Amino acid sequence: MALSQALPRPAVPELRELAGRARPISLARDRLLPVLPALADLLPEAGLRRGTTLGVTGGPGHSGATSTALALVAASSAAGTWCAAVGMPALGAVSAAELGVDLAHLALVPSAGPQWATVAAALLDALDIVMVQPPSLVRSADARRLSARARERGSVLLVLEPAGRTRWPEAPRVRVRVEGGRWQGLGRGHGRLTARQVEMVVDGRGTASRERRAKLWLPAPSGGVERV
Amino acid sequence: MSKALAATRTLVLWCPDWAVAAAGIPPEVPAAVLMANRVEVCSRKARAEGVSRGLRRREAQARCPDLVVLEHDPGRDARAFEPVVAAAASFTPRVEVIRPGVCAFATRGPSRYFGGDQALLAQVVRTASRAAEEATRAGAGQGGVRVGIADGLFAAALAARAAVNGGMVVPAGGSAAFLFPFPVVALERPELADLLTRLGIQTLGELAALPAADVLARFGPDGATAHRMARGLEDRPVSGRTPPPDLVVSRELDPPAARVDTAAFAAKALASELHERLQDLGLACTRVRVEAETDHGERLSRLWRHHGPLTAGAMAERVRWQLDGWLRGDVPVGSTGVTGGAGAAGGAGAAAEAPGWEEATAGIVLLRLAAEEVVVDHGRQLGFWGGSAEGDERAARALARVQGMLGPEGVVTAVVGGGRGPGEQVRFVPWGDPREPARPIDSPWPGRVPAPAPTLVPSPPTRAEVADEGWSNVRVTGRGRLSAPPARLSVGEGQWEGVEAWAGPWPADERWWDRRAHRRRVRFQVVGETGAAYLLALEGGRWSVEAVYD
Repeated sequence: MALSQALPRPAVPELRELAGRARPISLARDRLLPVLPALADLLPEAGLRRGTTLGVTGGPGHSGATSTALALVAASSAAGTWCAAVGMPALGAVSAAELGVDLAHLALVPSAGPQWATVAAALLDALDIVMVQPPSLVRSADARRLSARARERGSVLLVLEPAGRTRWPEAPRVRVRVEGGRWQGLGRGHGRLTARQVEMVVDGRGTASRERRAKLWLPAPSGGVERV
Repeated sequence: MSKALAATRTLVLWCPDWAVAAAGIPPEVPAAVLMANRVEVCSRKARAEGVSRGLRRREAQARCPDLVVLEHDPGRDARAFEPVVAAAASFTPRVEVIRPGVCAFATRGPSRYFGGDQALLAQVVRTASRAAEEATRAGAGQGGVRVGIADGLFAAALAARAAVNGGMVVPAGGSAAFLFPFPVVALERPELADLLTRLGIQTLGELAALPAADVLARFGPDGATAHRMARGLEDRPVSGRTPPPDLVVSRELDPPAARVDTAAFAAKALASELHERLQDLGLACTRVRVEAETDHGERLSRLWRHHGPLTAGAMAERVRWQLDGWLRGDVPVGSTGVTGGAGAAGGAGAAAEAPGWEEATAGIVLLRLAAEEVVVDHGRQLGFWGGSAEGDERAARALARVQGMLGPEGVVTAVVGGGRGPGEQVRFVPWGDPREPARPIDSPWPGRVPAPAPTLVPSPPTRAEVADEGWSNVRVTGRGRLSAPPARLSVGEGQWEGVEAWAGPWPADERWWDRRAHRRRVRFQVVGETGAAYLLALEGGRWSVEAVYD
């Protein structure tokens, strides 16, 4: 059997082009990773745009930076994208699962040490979302390199900064802050923690320059994330 | 039977226990090469002591206490094998390396030149033995060199194994009769062999006697291949044997690569480029030619063959082994460019008496990979839900790379199981290991900390202090009574803050039946003035932050 008869060579690129033309809608959607419905209208494009860098900051005390980061990746993780968390040794896997993160698709690099930037860069190459909590102040060269890598590879870099300590020298394209967390359900000597109300503020550059804020249940009494 | 399926007359050169010989172990020393803690190859002496393939390290050492244990190193094996291949290449340029320790070539030309199969066999045994002895030095005489000539690669390989001293020639057309008494295990398809044995088919002859169509219907393409092999035919279907001319990729290296890892890095990219090009055509490569040109104008070239389709990774690995052989200068410098030049003559013109193996005397300036033999790629069946297989593979590669940087424990995945505290419920397993929970999740866990789960679980727990209104430490009696309501809290020797709300104590008396695992503690949920919520534990009079609701 002559091979050229079985498989005419130009057919494959042609077919690929045809397939590309036949589905313009999915191409636009491919650039956007879904988020939970409660967070959709807080974000400039109702989702996480591939190639962007997001900064997540908590307020004073422990007021929800980790929960916010997990809530942001939950929907796309449930849809089957690959996520990683670098430098977050204490991340509570049970709470991640409760918010909807698929643990089988979440890789944890608990302590990358001084190599964390190299590790994050390697993961940005192949995974869809990489959450990073830098151990110390990041050099601007490293920050620029990581943002550029995310932009180039179409992945999302999510930088977590613990309460009140700025470690990322660049202004991220989208910045998510949480303010004024109030827990419900706990009294003086009775009850248990059931839900928390926070105010989420989103601003940034470009399409995100208009500040958006909303009151959210994080987590809601039913377990997920809901608007108040 | 179509003519194209008839097997080519092939010579197989086999060095028994090559991995041991390549390590330079003298024959009187018992030695074993281990892969994944199991014996992969062992020397004759070790076999005599009762060591066999597949044994665990400990068992092997128990049977033979003075066993020399060697790590599996395909690079070392390939490097030492290179001179032997070069010796074989002095008979014909088209020598195919199957794996370190085994190579093969078609005998049509050389056999006529040297006056028949027997004469060729004697020549090859003599030349290759000398090369093997020089390459392995102390390890020489470990197993020597065995040569088999038969119709088809499979029969020739078995003939080499069956050879008593030096070599064995199976007469032309006699492969099927030669293969007849061999057990089906010789197919090296353990699952298929197991099934065939249970069905009462013990030997290759019995398998060969079955109708081809029935074998294909019952055992699938793999069974059909095995059937062809058992009948002494070519193991591969004939489809697509001539590759399109442009399945060659090359890269110039500037500056020249004098070190293996630099060249291997380029080879890796080259291998994936070739693989991608093959994929576009719906093909997979089963034989690849590795070519290199050096600064001094030498042209080195070698064929690598594989029984199944070569993946990009497998191809890169073989190129690396080959480069190892060319660039590591621990073999004597011989004549250069033998195969490159003789390739044009297209036959058995090279001098058999001067085994000059090839070695690069300068850095490599050009690297070329050519797909020499291709088959139609039947591909992999993707998951029903899935266009994501490609992304999965990419992610797996990246995570493996990070594990290479940080060690296997560096990348983990969390598995949620049963347990009471937030820390006990999670088990971290290295990425790639089976995801099994530490404790059963479906058993009842009375006294479990209620949902929502905390988002931060520090390990080990952070120290904390809890005081009442009068600044004295808050305690809990043996009966679970609180000394005073908590009013102030300090985490990790930090500042004191007021307590806004709290609940507890929630006692947890775990594993009281096991003295060593017994833990008795009480838990509290506490919200501080700043709005931060903690899960505190009091155990043996010491407070700690078990988790944080961030």
